[in-house]
Amino acid sequence: MKEKYIEDLKEIKDIMNRSSRFISLSGLSGISAGFCALIGAFLAYNTVYQNQNYLGYRKVIITSDSISTLLLIAIGTIVVAIGSVIYFTTRETKKRNQKIWDYQTKRLLINLSIPLVTGGILALMFLYKGYIGVVAPLTLVFYGLALVNASKYTLDEIRSLGIIEICLGLIAMQFIGYGLIFWAIGFGVLHIVYGVIMQLKNKS
Amino acid sequence: MKDILKDLDKAFENKVRLGIMSALMVNEFMDFNTLKDLLDVTDGNLASHLKSLEKTEYITYKKEFNDRKPHTKYYATEAGKMAFTKHLNAIEQLLK
Repeated sequence: MKEKYIEDLKEIKDIMNRSSRFISLSGLSGISAGFCALIGAFLAYNTVYQNQNYLGYRKVIITSDSISTLLLIAIGTIVVAIGSVIYFTTRETKKRNQKIWDYQTKRLLINLSIPLVTGGILALMFLYKGYIGVVAPLTLVFYGLALVNASKYTLDEIRSLGIIEICLGLIAMQFIGYGLIFWAIGFGVLHIVYGVIMQLKNKS
Repeated sequence: MKDILKDLDKAFENKVRLGIMSALMVNEFMDFNTLKDLLDVTDGNLASHLKSLEKTEYITYKKEFNDRKPHTKYYATEAGKMAFTKHLNAIEQLLK
């Protein structure tokens, strides 16, 4: 008698989770996105600090030429990172026999996009007005907010990742000039760490 | 003990009906095919359980058309949500 009700409770919890959340987020997608970000950050670093005399103070050289190189690097990084996330997530949904494009996925993406697009537009506006320094902290803060907002519709761990990204963005605002390093930590290192944690959790 | 058993709802004794209600508690609505995939049941089986939940007025539905294809959305009613919460509380009491 008791076992039947314990079984019922388990079933209820399982269905509530499966029906309301997108749970096929693979850890590998986090790791791959993180590596893309690190490579992108490295390329950007080389572009910004090129032709430097490493014994003296370093100057950030941003010409219209390097701006377009930077934009190309940024777009390339985003495309490769999103592509790899889609690839690993599709693989995971197939393994779990779930659909990749259903109501849960749509809801997750919409709720992720609202803060993300807002932050992106705001960052571009600052960029065009010449406030380059605030772009990195701003994108980190808004990315964190987007993750917190989306976490209601996917794994709980995403919420804590979002909160860490927000804190990192706020710290980065205090250390303007080190934006690229904070970017590499936030989008690179943190994603890799989270990917590894999720991958280990999934296995156990 | 008897009071607790009285709170257990007969409508949720069945696995499929329990599943339908669980899904509708955390989602605003569910359509027929999503429910079918989620609970892994046949059309006929799901339809009959949906009908019996409709009869107790624990769920309601809205019919829409997407490109002439009928598309039915199922919602939990207030009465249904209350009954399900009561049922869950009763199970918890029982397991204490």
